[in-house]
Amino acid sequence: MTDPMDINNTLTRLAAETAAYLEQRGTTDAVMIGIHSGGVWVAERLHALMNISEPLGHLDISFYRDDFSRIGMNPQVKPSQIPFNIDDRHIILVDDVLYTGRTIRAALNEIFDYGRPASITLVTLIDRGGRELPIEANVVGIKMALSDNKNVKLQGPEPLSLQISEKNS
Amino acid sequence: MIRTNLQLDQNGRLRHFLTIEGLKRQMLIDILDTAESLAGVVDQQVKKVPLLRGKTVVNLFFEASTRTRTTFELAAKRLSADVINLNIAASAAKKGETLLDTLHNLEAMHCDMFVVRHEESGAAHFIARHVAPHISVINAGDGRHAHPTQAMLDMYTIRQVKGDFYPLKVAIVGDILHSRVARSQIHALTTLGVSEVRVIGPKTLLPKDVESLGVHVYHNLIKGLEGVDVVIMLRLQNERMEGAMLPSEHEYFQLYGLTESTLAAAKPDAIVMHPGPINRGVEIESSIADGPRSVILQQVTNGIAVRMAVMSMCMGSHASAGDGGAA
Repeated sequence: MTDPMDINNTLTRLAAETAAYLEQRGTTDAVMIGIHSGGVWVAERLHALMNISEPLGHLDISFYRDDFSRIGMNPQVKPSQIPFNIDDRHIILVDDVLYTGRTIRAALNEIFDYGRPASITLVTLIDRGGRELPIEANVVGIKMALSDNKNVKLQGPEPLSLQISEKNS
Repeated sequence: MIRTNLQLDQNGRLRHFLTIEGLKRQMLIDILDTAESLAGVVDQQVKKVPLLRGKTVVNLFFEASTRTRTTFELAAKRLSADVINLNIAASAAKKGETLLDTLHNLEAMHCDMFVVRHEESGAAHFIARHVAPHISVINAGDGRHAHPTQAMLDMYTIRQVKGDFYPLKVAIVGDILHSRVARSQIHALTTLGVSEVRVIGPKTLLPKDVESLGVHVYHNLIKGLEGVDVVIMLRLQNERMEGAMLPSEHEYFQLYGLTESTLAAAKPDAIVMHPGPINRGVEIESSIADGPRSVILQQVTNGIAVRMAVMSMCMGSHASAGDGGAA
Protein backbone atom coordinates (compact mmCIF):
# COMPACT_ATOMS: atom_id res chain seq x y z
CA MET A 1 0.00 0.00 0.00
CA THR A 2 1.13 3.51 -0.77
CA ASP A 3 -0.29 6.31 1.27
CA PRO A 4 -2.60 8.83 -0.46
CA MET A 5 -0.18 11.71 0.12
CA ASP A 6 2.43 9.97 -2.03
CA ILE A 7 -0.06 9.43 -4.86
CA ASN A 8 -1.05 13.09 -4.78
CA ASN A 9 2.61 14.14 -4.95
CA THR A 10 3.17 11.72 -7.81
CA LEU A 11 0.13 13.07 -9.67
CA THR A 12 1.36 16.66 -9.26
CA ARG A 13 4.76 15.67 -10.61
CA LEU A 14 3.16 13.64 -13.45
CA ALA A 15 1.05 16.65 -14.49
CA ALA A 16 4.12 18.90 -14.52
CA GLU A 17 6.21 16.39 -16.45
CA THR A 18 3.41 15.84 -18.98
CA ALA A 19 3.09 19.60 -19.50
CA ALA A 20 6.88 19.87 -19.90
CA TYR A 21 6.92 16.97 -22.37
CA LEU A 22 4.19 18.57 -24.51
CA GLU A 23 5.90 21.95 -24.39
CA GLN A 24 9.19 20.46 -25.47
CA ARG A 25 7.38 18.84 -28.43
CA GLY A 26 5.70 22.13 -29.25
CA THR A 27 2.24 20.63 -28.69
CA THR A 28 -0.50 23.05 -27.73
CA ASP A 29 -4.24 22.58 -27.24
CA ALA A 30 -4.01 18.93 -26.27
CA VAL A 31 -7.15 17.03 -25.25
CA MET A 32 -7.20 14.17 -22.72
CA ILE A 33 -8.73 10.68 -22.73
CA GLY A 34 -8.66 8.32 -19.73
CA ILE A 35 -9.02 4.54 -20.00
CA HIS A 36 -11.78 3.08 -17.82
CA SER A 37 -11.65 2.73 -14.86
CA GLY A 38 -8.32 3.49 -13.12
CA GLY A 39 -7.05 5.52 -16.07
CA VAL A 40 -10.10 7.78 -15.81
CA TRP A 41 -9.38 8.42 -12.11
CA VAL A 42 -5.79 9.43 -12.90
CA ALA A 43 -6.92 11.47 -15.92
CA GLU A 44 -9.49 13.38 -13.83
CA ARG A 45 -6.66 14.56 -11.52
CA LEU A 46 -4.29 15.41 -14.38
CA HIS A 47 -7.05 17.13 -16.34
CA ALA A 48 -7.69 19.47 -13.40
CA LEU A 49 -4.00 20.00 -12.57
CA MET A 50 -3.17 20.85 -16.20
CA ASN A 51 -6.18 23.17 -16.65
CA ILE A 52 -7.33 21.50 -19.85
CA SER A 53 -10.40 23.38 -21.02
CA GLU A 54 -12.07 20.69 -23.18
CA PRO A 55 -13.94 18.02 -21.23
CA LEU A 56 -12.24 14.71 -20.45
CA GLY A 57 -12.88 11.76 -22.77
CA HIS A 58 -13.63 8.28 -21.37
CA LEU A 59 -12.64 5.09 -23.14
CA ASP A 60 -13.89 1.61 -22.22
CA ILE A 61 -11.84 -0.70 -24.40
CA SER A 62 -13.91 -3.86 -23.70
CA PHE A 63 -15.14 -4.11 -27.29
CA TYR A 64 -11.57 -3.92 -28.61
CA ARG A 65 -9.85 -6.40 -26.28
CA ASP A 66 -7.85 -9.18 -27.89
CA ASP A 67 -9.12 -11.79 -25.44
CA PHE A 68 -12.88 -11.67 -26.24
CA SER A 69 -12.65 -15.14 -27.77
CA ARG A 70 -10.99 -16.37 -24.55
CA ILE A 71 -12.96 -14.67 -21.78
CA GLY A 72 -16.14 -13.46 -23.47
CA MET A 73 -18.15 -10.35 -22.83
CA ASN A 74 -17.48 -8.09 -19.87
CA PRO A 75 -20.97 -7.40 -18.47
CA GLN A 76 -19.76 -4.23 -16.69
CA VAL A 77 -18.73 -2.49 -19.88
CA LYS A 78 -19.34 1.27 -19.84
CA PRO A 79 -20.02 3.41 -22.89
CA SER A 80 -17.01 5.25 -24.30
CA GLN A 81 -17.53 8.99 -24.38
CA ILE A 82 -15.35 11.18 -26.56
CA PRO A 83 -16.96 14.64 -26.26
CA PHE A 84 -14.81 16.23 -28.98
CA ASN A 85 -13.87 15.57 -32.58
CA ILE A 86 -10.46 13.91 -32.48
CA ASP A 87 -9.46 14.57 -36.09
CA ASP A 88 -6.13 16.45 -36.14
CA ARG A 89 -6.10 16.80 -32.34
CA HIS A 90 -3.19 16.08 -30.01
CA ILE A 91 -4.41 13.47 -27.54
CA ILE A 92 -3.02 12.70 -24.08
CA LEU A 93 -4.01 9.09 -23.40
CA VAL A 94 -3.96 8.23 -19.69
CA ASP A 95 -3.96 4.85 -17.95
CA ASP A 96 -3.23 3.79 -14.40
CA VAL A 97 -0.93 0.80 -14.90
CA LEU A 98 1.13 -0.08 -17.99
CA TYR A 99 1.86 -3.81 -18.06
CA THR A 100 1.60 -6.03 -21.17
CA GLY A 101 0.65 -3.15 -23.48
CA ARG A 102 -2.47 -4.96 -24.71
CA THR A 103 -4.88 -2.44 -23.19
CA ILE A 104 -3.07 0.39 -24.97
CA ARG A 105 -3.15 -1.54 -28.26
CA ALA A 106 -6.94 -1.86 -27.87
CA ALA A 107 -7.28 1.81 -26.90
CA LEU A 108 -5.30 2.95 -29.96
CA ASN A 109 -7.53 0.86 -32.23
CA GLU A 110 -10.66 2.30 -30.66
CA ILE A 111 -9.37 5.89 -30.90
CA PHE A 112 -8.69 5.44 -34.61
CA ASP A 113 -12.29 4.33 -35.13
CA TYR A 114 -13.26 7.80 -33.88
CA GLY A 115 -10.98 9.61 -36.31
CA ARG A 116 -7.37 10.48 -37.14
CA PRO A 117 -5.60 12.33 -34.35
CA ALA A 118 -2.55 14.52 -34.97
CA SER A 119 -0.64 12.69 -32.22
CA ILE A 120 -1.12 10.53 -29.14
CA THR A 121 1.00 10.89 -26.01
CA LEU A 122 0.81 8.03 -23.51
CA VAL A 123 0.92 8.91 -19.81
CA THR A 124 0.71 6.26 -17.07
CA LEU A 125 0.83 6.48 -13.31
CA ILE A 126 2.67 3.16 -13.00
CA ASP A 127 4.96 1.29 -15.36
CA ARG A 128 5.40 -2.17 -13.88
CA GLY A 129 7.34 -3.71 -16.80
CA GLY A 130 6.36 -7.01 -18.41
CA ARG A 131 5.57 -5.74 -21.89
CA GLU A 132 4.29 -8.21 -24.50
CA LEU A 133 3.92 -5.61 -27.26
CA PRO A 134 6.25 -2.85 -28.52
CA ILE A 135 4.48 -0.07 -26.60
CA GLU A 136 6.07 2.44 -24.20
CA ALA A 137 4.69 5.41 -22.28
CA ASN A 138 5.99 8.93 -22.97
CA VAL A 139 5.58 10.04 -19.36
CA VAL A 140 5.58 7.71 -16.33
CA GLY A 141 4.79 8.51 -12.69
CA ILE A 142 6.37 5.52 -10.93
CA LYS A 143 8.50 2.77 -12.43
CA MET A 144 8.50 -0.52 -10.57
CA ALA A 145 9.84 -3.89 -11.68
CA LEU A 146 7.20 -6.34 -10.52
CA SER A 147 7.45 -10.07 -11.14
CA ASP A 148 4.68 -11.73 -13.14
CA ASN A 149 3.11 -13.32 -10.05
CA LYS A 150 2.38 -9.90 -8.54
CA ASN A 151 -0.54 -7.60 -9.24
CA VAL A 152 -0.58 -3.84 -8.80
CA LYS A 153 -3.96 -2.18 -8.70
CA LEU A 154 -5.08 1.40 -8.27
CA GLN A 155 -7.89 1.70 -5.74
CA GLY A 156 -10.22 4.64 -6.04
CA PRO A 157 -11.81 6.88 -6.97
CA GLU A 158 -11.41 8.70 -3.64
CA PRO A 159 -8.82 8.55 -2.19
CA LEU A 160 -6.46 6.93 -4.68
CA SER A 161 -4.12 4.29 -3.31
CA LEU A 162 -1.99 1.51 -4.72
CA GLN A 163 -2.41 -2.12 -3.75
CA ILE A 164 0.20 -4.74 -4.55
CA SER A 165 -0.85 -8.35 -4.11
CA GLU A 166 -0.08 -11.92 -5.18
CA LYS A 167 -1.92 -13.06 -8.30
CA ASN A 168 -4.35 -15.79 -7.37
CA SER A 169 -4.26 -17.72 -10.62
CA MET B 1 -42.92 -27.87 -22.40
CA ILE B 2 -39.96 -26.17 -23.96
CA ARG B 3 -36.72 -26.42 -21.99
CA THR B 4 -35.54 -22.91 -21.20
CA ASN B 5 -32.16 -23.62 -19.63
CA LEU B 6 -31.02 -24.75 -23.08
CA GLN B 7 -30.05 -21.14 -23.66
CA LEU B 8 -27.54 -20.92 -20.78
CA ASP B 9 -24.12 -22.58 -20.64
CA GLN B 10 -22.78 -24.32 -17.53
CA ASN B 11 -21.43 -20.99 -16.23
CA GLY B 12 -24.86 -19.38 -16.52
CA ARG B 13 -23.87 -17.29 -19.50
CA LEU B 14 -26.17 -16.69 -22.44
CA ARG B 15 -25.35 -19.25 -25.15
CA HIS B 16 -28.51 -19.10 -27.25
CA PHE B 17 -31.21 -16.45 -27.01
CA LEU B 18 -34.52 -18.22 -27.54
CA THR B 19 -37.01 -16.84 -25.03
CA ILE B 20 -37.23 -14.44 -22.09
CA GLU B 21 -38.85 -17.19 -20.02
CA GLY B 22 -36.48 -18.61 -17.42
CA LEU B 23 -33.94 -15.77 -17.62
CA LYS B 24 -33.14 -13.93 -14.41
CA ARG B 25 -33.62 -10.19 -13.94
CA GLN B 26 -29.85 -9.61 -13.81
CA MET B 27 -29.41 -11.27 -17.22
CA LEU B 28 -31.98 -8.91 -18.74
CA ILE B 29 -30.25 -5.94 -17.08
CA ASP B 30 -26.88 -7.13 -18.44
CA ILE B 31 -28.37 -7.23 -21.95
CA LEU B 32 -29.75 -3.69 -21.56
CA ASP B 33 -26.46 -2.35 -20.13
CA THR B 34 -24.38 -3.97 -22.85
CA ALA B 35 -26.76 -2.59 -25.48
CA GLU B 36 -26.38 0.88 -23.97
CA SER B 37 -22.61 0.70 -24.39
CA LEU B 38 -22.89 -0.66 -27.92
CA ALA B 39 -25.34 2.10 -28.88
CA GLY B 40 -22.33 4.47 -28.82
CA VAL B 41 -20.72 2.70 -31.77
CA VAL B 42 -22.70 4.92 -34.18
CA ASP B 43 -20.89 7.96 -32.72
CA GLN B 44 -17.64 6.63 -34.15
CA GLN B 45 -16.46 7.56 -37.63
CA VAL B 46 -16.00 3.85 -38.21
CA LYS B 47 -19.36 2.49 -37.04
CA LYS B 48 -17.99 -0.93 -36.10
CA VAL B 49 -16.40 -2.76 -33.19
CA PRO B 50 -14.34 -5.90 -33.77
CA LEU B 51 -16.17 -8.25 -31.35
CA LEU B 52 -17.43 -10.68 -34.01
CA ARG B 53 -14.57 -10.22 -36.47
CA GLY B 54 -14.08 -13.42 -38.43
CA LYS B 55 -17.46 -14.85 -37.40
CA THR B 56 -20.18 -15.72 -39.89
CA VAL B 57 -23.79 -15.00 -39.01
CA VAL B 58 -26.63 -16.56 -41.01
CA ASN B 59 -30.01 -14.87 -41.04
CA LEU B 60 -32.24 -17.91 -41.51
CA PHE B 61 -35.68 -16.56 -42.30
CA PHE B 62 -38.44 -19.06 -43.03
CA GLU B 63 -41.00 -16.27 -42.77
CA ALA B 64 -40.96 -12.83 -44.34
CA SER B 65 -39.52 -9.90 -42.37
CA THR B 66 -37.96 -6.61 -43.34
CA ARG B 67 -37.29 -4.66 -40.14
CA THR B 68 -36.13 -7.55 -37.99
CA ARG B 69 -33.91 -9.07 -40.67
CA THR B 70 -32.40 -5.70 -41.59
CA THR B 71 -31.62 -4.72 -38.01
CA PHE B 72 -30.09 -8.15 -37.31
CA GLU B 73 -27.95 -7.73 -40.42
CA LEU B 74 -26.84 -4.23 -39.41
CA ALA B 75 -26.17 -5.41 -35.85
CA ALA B 76 -23.95 -8.24 -37.09
CA LYS B 77 -22.11 -5.92 -39.48
CA ARG B 78 -21.49 -3.33 -36.75
CA LEU B 79 -19.90 -6.15 -34.76
CA SER B 80 -17.66 -6.84 -37.80
CA ALA B 81 -19.24 -10.23 -38.57
CA ASP B 82 -19.85 -11.51 -42.08
CA VAL B 83 -23.55 -11.97 -42.78
CA ILE B 84 -25.51 -14.23 -45.09
CA ASN B 85 -29.24 -13.73 -45.56
CA LEU B 86 -31.19 -16.85 -46.45
CA ASN B 87 -34.81 -16.60 -47.39
CA ILE B 88 -35.65 -20.25 -46.95
CA ALA B 89 -39.29 -19.84 -47.86
CA ALA B 90 -38.06 -19.18 -51.35
CA SER B 91 -35.26 -21.71 -51.61
CA ALA B 92 -34.35 -25.11 -50.22
CA ALA B 93 -37.58 -25.86 -48.39
CA LYS B 94 -39.39 -25.62 -51.68
CA LYS B 95 -37.09 -28.24 -53.13
CA GLY B 96 -37.92 -30.58 -50.26
CA GLU B 97 -34.74 -30.26 -48.18
CA THR B 98 -35.44 -30.83 -44.49
CA LEU B 99 -34.63 -28.23 -41.84
CA LEU B 100 -31.86 -30.39 -40.39
CA ASP B 101 -30.27 -30.89 -43.80
CA THR B 102 -30.26 -27.13 -44.33
CA LEU B 103 -28.62 -26.66 -40.90
CA HIS B 104 -25.97 -29.28 -41.47
CA ASN B 105 -25.09 -27.72 -44.81
CA LEU B 106 -24.63 -24.34 -43.15
CA GLU B 107 -22.53 -25.92 -40.42
CA ALA B 108 -20.37 -27.49 -43.12
CA MET B 109 -19.77 -23.96 -44.40
CA HIS B 110 -18.33 -23.02 -40.97
CA CYS B 111 -21.05 -20.63 -39.88
CA ASP B 112 -21.05 -19.49 -36.24
CA MET B 113 -24.50 -18.11 -35.51
CA PHE B 114 -28.02 -18.70 -36.77
CA VAL B 115 -30.65 -15.99 -36.44
CA VAL B 116 -33.89 -17.87 -36.98
CA ARG B 117 -37.40 -16.80 -37.83
CA HIS B 118 -39.97 -19.53 -38.38
CA GLU B 119 -43.76 -19.82 -38.47
CA GLU B 120 -43.69 -22.85 -36.14
CA SER B 121 -43.59 -22.27 -32.37
CA GLY B 122 -40.50 -23.94 -30.94
CA ALA B 123 -38.50 -23.89 -34.18
CA ALA B 124 -35.57 -21.96 -32.70
CA HIS B 125 -35.40 -24.35 -29.72
CA PHE B 126 -35.43 -27.31 -32.10
CA ILE B 127 -32.54 -25.83 -34.05
CA ALA B 128 -30.60 -24.95 -30.88
CA ARG B 129 -30.88 -28.58 -29.75
CA HIS B 130 -29.45 -29.89 -33.01
CA VAL B 131 -26.63 -27.48 -33.90
CA ALA B 132 -22.94 -28.13 -33.39
CA PRO B 133 -21.59 -26.96 -30.00
CA HIS B 134 -19.76 -23.90 -31.38
CA ILE B 135 -22.94 -22.42 -32.85
CA SER B 136 -25.30 -19.97 -31.14
CA VAL B 137 -28.94 -19.64 -32.12
CA ILE B 138 -30.98 -16.46 -31.76
CA ASN B 139 -34.74 -16.55 -32.01
CA ALA B 140 -36.02 -13.81 -34.31
CA GLY B 141 -39.61 -14.93 -33.85
CA ASP B 142 -41.16 -18.41 -33.74
CA GLY B 143 -44.88 -18.88 -34.44
CA ARG B 144 -46.97 -17.54 -31.59
CA HIS B 145 -44.31 -18.40 -29.03
CA ALA B 146 -41.60 -15.79 -28.58
CA HIS B 147 -39.77 -12.83 -30.09
CA PRO B 148 -37.25 -12.09 -27.33
CA THR B 149 -35.07 -9.49 -29.08
CA GLN B 150 -38.19 -7.44 -29.88
CA ALA B 151 -39.19 -7.59 -26.20
CA MET B 152 -35.70 -6.52 -25.11
CA LEU B 153 -35.58 -3.57 -27.50
CA ASP B 154 -38.94 -2.53 -26.09
CA MET B 155 -37.55 -2.78 -22.54
CA TYR B 156 -34.52 -0.76 -23.63
CA THR B 157 -36.79 1.94 -25.06
CA ILE B 158 -38.93 2.01 -21.90
CA ARG B 159 -35.83 2.33 -19.69
CA GLN B 160 -34.38 5.02 -21.98
CA VAL B 161 -37.48 7.19 -21.60
CA LYS B 162 -38.79 6.26 -18.14
CA GLY B 163 -35.65 5.29 -16.26
CA ASP B 164 -36.86 2.89 -13.62
CA PHE B 165 -39.14 -0.13 -14.26
CA TYR B 166 -40.60 -0.55 -10.76
CA PRO B 167 -43.21 2.26 -10.69
CA LEU B 168 -44.49 1.69 -14.22
CA LYS B 169 -47.92 0.57 -15.36
CA VAL B 170 -47.79 -0.87 -18.86
CA ALA B 171 -50.73 -1.73 -21.12
CA ILE B 172 -50.48 -4.06 -24.11
CA VAL B 173 -53.37 -3.56 -26.50
CA GLY B 174 -54.77 -5.73 -29.25
CA ASP B 175 -54.27 -9.19 -30.65
CA ILE B 176 -52.49 -10.86 -27.72
CA LEU B 177 -53.59 -14.33 -28.82
CA HIS B 178 -51.52 -14.44 -31.99
CA SER B 179 -48.67 -12.28 -30.70
CA ARG B 180 -45.26 -13.75 -29.87
CA VAL B 181 -44.19 -10.17 -29.21
CA ALA B 182 -46.80 -9.76 -26.45
CA ARG B 183 -45.83 -13.05 -24.83
CA SER B 184 -42.16 -12.07 -24.69
CA GLN B 185 -43.00 -8.55 -23.51
CA ILE B 186 -45.13 -9.90 -20.65
CA HIS B 187 -42.28 -12.17 -19.47
CA ALA B 188 -39.75 -9.33 -19.74
CA LEU B 189 -41.93 -6.76 -17.96
CA THR B 190 -42.79 -9.08 -15.07
CA THR B 191 -39.15 -10.23 -14.73
CA LEU B 192 -37.96 -6.62 -14.65
CA GLY B 193 -40.56 -5.93 -11.97
CA VAL B 194 -42.90 -3.25 -13.35
CA SER B 195 -45.73 -2.40 -11.01
CA GLU B 196 -48.52 -3.62 -13.31
CA VAL B 197 -48.96 -5.23 -16.72
CA ARG B 198 -52.38 -4.96 -18.36
CA VAL B 199 -53.60 -6.63 -21.51
CA ILE B 200 -56.48 -5.03 -23.36
CA GLY B 201 -58.46 -6.64 -26.18
CA PRO B 202 -61.60 -8.50 -27.20
CA LYS B 203 -62.11 -11.94 -25.61
CA THR B 204 -61.55 -13.61 -28.97
CA LEU B 205 -58.04 -12.16 -29.21
CA LEU B 206 -56.88 -12.95 -25.66
CA PRO B 207 -55.48 -16.38 -24.72
CA LYS B 208 -57.69 -18.15 -22.17
CA ASP B 209 -54.89 -18.60 -19.64
CA VAL B 210 -53.42 -15.11 -20.01
CA GLU B 211 -54.04 -14.17 -16.35
CA SER B 212 -51.71 -16.97 -15.26
CA LEU B 213 -48.87 -14.83 -16.69
CA GLY B 214 -49.51 -12.26 -13.97
CA VAL B 215 -51.35 -9.66 -16.01
CA HIS B 216 -54.64 -7.82 -15.51
CA VAL B 217 -57.21 -8.25 -18.25
CA TYR B 218 -59.37 -5.44 -19.64
CA HIS B 219 -61.90 -5.60 -22.46
CA ASN B 220 -62.54 -1.86 -22.43
CA LEU B 221 -59.76 0.27 -23.91
CA ILE B 222 -60.40 3.47 -21.93
CA LYS B 223 -60.63 1.65 -18.61
CA GLY B 224 -57.49 -0.30 -19.39
CA LEU B 225 -55.49 2.78 -20.35
CA GLU B 226 -56.38 4.73 -17.22
CA GLY B 227 -53.20 5.91 -15.50
CA VAL B 228 -50.72 3.86 -17.55
CA ASP B 229 -47.18 5.07 -18.30
CA VAL B 230 -46.59 2.96 -21.40
CA VAL B 231 -49.04 1.94 -24.13
CA ILE B 232 -47.90 -0.89 -26.37
CA MET B 233 -50.07 -1.33 -29.44
CA LEU B 234 -49.95 -4.62 -31.32
CA ARG B 235 -50.52 -5.11 -34.99
CA LEU B 236 -53.78 -6.73 -35.98
CA GLN B 237 -52.39 -9.89 -37.53
CA ASN B 238 -54.73 -10.49 -40.43
CA GLU B 239 -52.51 -13.16 -41.93
CA ARG B 240 -52.69 -15.20 -38.73
CA MET B 241 -56.40 -14.94 -38.30
CA GLU B 242 -58.27 -18.18 -38.81
CA GLY B 243 -62.01 -17.73 -39.12
CA ALA B 244 -63.91 -14.61 -38.20
CA MET B 245 -62.59 -13.49 -34.82
CA LEU B 246 -63.52 -9.90 -35.51
CA PRO B 247 -66.58 -8.29 -37.07
CA SER B 248 -64.51 -5.87 -39.18
CA GLU B 249 -61.39 -3.74 -39.10
CA HIS B 250 -63.60 -0.70 -38.88
CA GLU B 251 -65.39 -1.92 -35.80
CA TYR B 252 -62.07 -2.97 -34.26
CA PHE B 253 -60.77 0.56 -34.66
CA GLN B 254 -63.93 1.93 -33.03
CA LEU B 255 -63.39 -0.27 -29.97
CA TYR B 256 -59.63 -0.70 -29.68
CA GLY B 257 -58.01 1.85 -31.98
CA LEU B 258 -55.62 4.28 -30.27
CA THR B 259 -56.75 7.85 -30.96
CA GLU B 260 -56.17 11.24 -29.34
CA SER B 261 -59.31 10.74 -27.27
CA THR B 262 -58.61 7.17 -26.08
CA LEU B 263 -54.96 7.99 -25.32
CA ALA B 264 -56.19 10.80 -23.06
CA ALA B 265 -57.04 8.13 -20.47
CA ALA B 266 -53.33 7.32 -20.02
CA LYS B 267 -50.93 9.49 -18.02
CA PRO B 268 -50.08 12.81 -19.72
CA ASP B 269 -46.47 11.68 -20.17
CA ALA B 270 -47.35 8.17 -21.36
CA ILE B 271 -45.38 6.89 -24.34
CA VAL B 272 -46.82 4.93 -27.26
CA MET B 273 -45.00 1.92 -28.67
CA HIS B 274 -45.62 -0.44 -31.56
CA PRO B 275 -43.43 -3.31 -32.81
CA GLY B 276 -44.33 -2.50 -36.45
CA PRO B 277 -45.37 -2.72 -39.13
CA ILE B 278 -48.26 -0.47 -38.19
CA ASN B 279 -51.73 -0.63 -39.76
CA ARG B 280 -52.64 3.03 -39.83
CA GLY B 281 -56.30 3.53 -39.05
CA VAL B 282 -56.75 -0.08 -37.90
CA GLU B 283 -55.07 -0.24 -34.48
CA ILE B 284 -53.59 3.26 -34.30
CA GLU B 285 -54.44 6.68 -35.65
CA SER B 286 -51.74 8.23 -37.85
CA SER B 287 -51.52 11.38 -35.73
CA ILE B 288 -50.61 9.22 -32.71
CA ALA B 289 -48.13 7.04 -34.58
CA ASP B 290 -46.34 10.15 -35.87
CA GLY B 291 -47.00 12.27 -32.78
CA PRO B 292 -44.72 13.49 -29.98
CA ARG B 293 -45.58 10.63 -27.61
CA SER B 294 -44.75 7.94 -30.15
CA VAL B 295 -41.37 6.23 -29.69
CA ILE B 296 -41.93 3.82 -32.58
CA LEU B 297 -38.88 4.91 -34.57
CA GLN B 298 -36.75 5.02 -31.43
CA GLN B 299 -37.69 1.35 -31.00
CA VAL B 300 -36.30 0.59 -34.46
CA THR B 301 -33.01 2.37 -33.71
CA ASN B 302 -32.69 0.60 -30.36
CA GLY B 303 -33.26 -2.75 -32.02
CA ILE B 304 -29.79 -2.61 -33.52
CA ALA B 305 -27.93 -2.04 -30.23
CA VAL B 306 -29.99 -4.68 -28.41
CA ARG B 307 -29.34 -7.25 -31.15
CA MET B 308 -25.62 -6.38 -31.06
CA ALA B 309 -25.64 -7.01 -27.31
CA VAL B 310 -27.36 -10.37 -27.55
CA MET B 311 -25.17 -11.53 -30.43
CA SER B 312 -21.92 -10.57 -28.71
CA MET B 313 -22.97 -12.06 -25.37
CA CYS B 314 -23.88 -15.37 -27.05
CA MET B 315 -20.63 -15.47 -29.03
CA GLY B 316 -18.69 -14.56 -25.88
CA SER B 317 -20.06 -17.64 -24.13
CA HIS B 318 -17.95 -19.79 -26.46
CA ALA B 319 -14.83 -18.25 -24.90
CA SER B 320 -12.25 -20.91 -24.16
CA ALA B 321 -11.22 -19.86 -20.64
CA GLY B 322 -13.66 -19.96 -17.73
CA ASP B 323 -14.21 -16.59 -16.10
CA GLY B 324 -12.72 -13.21 -16.85
CA GLY B 325 -10.43 -11.19 -14.67
CA ALA B 326 -7.34 -10.73 -16.84
CA ALA B 327 -6.17 -7.13 -16.86
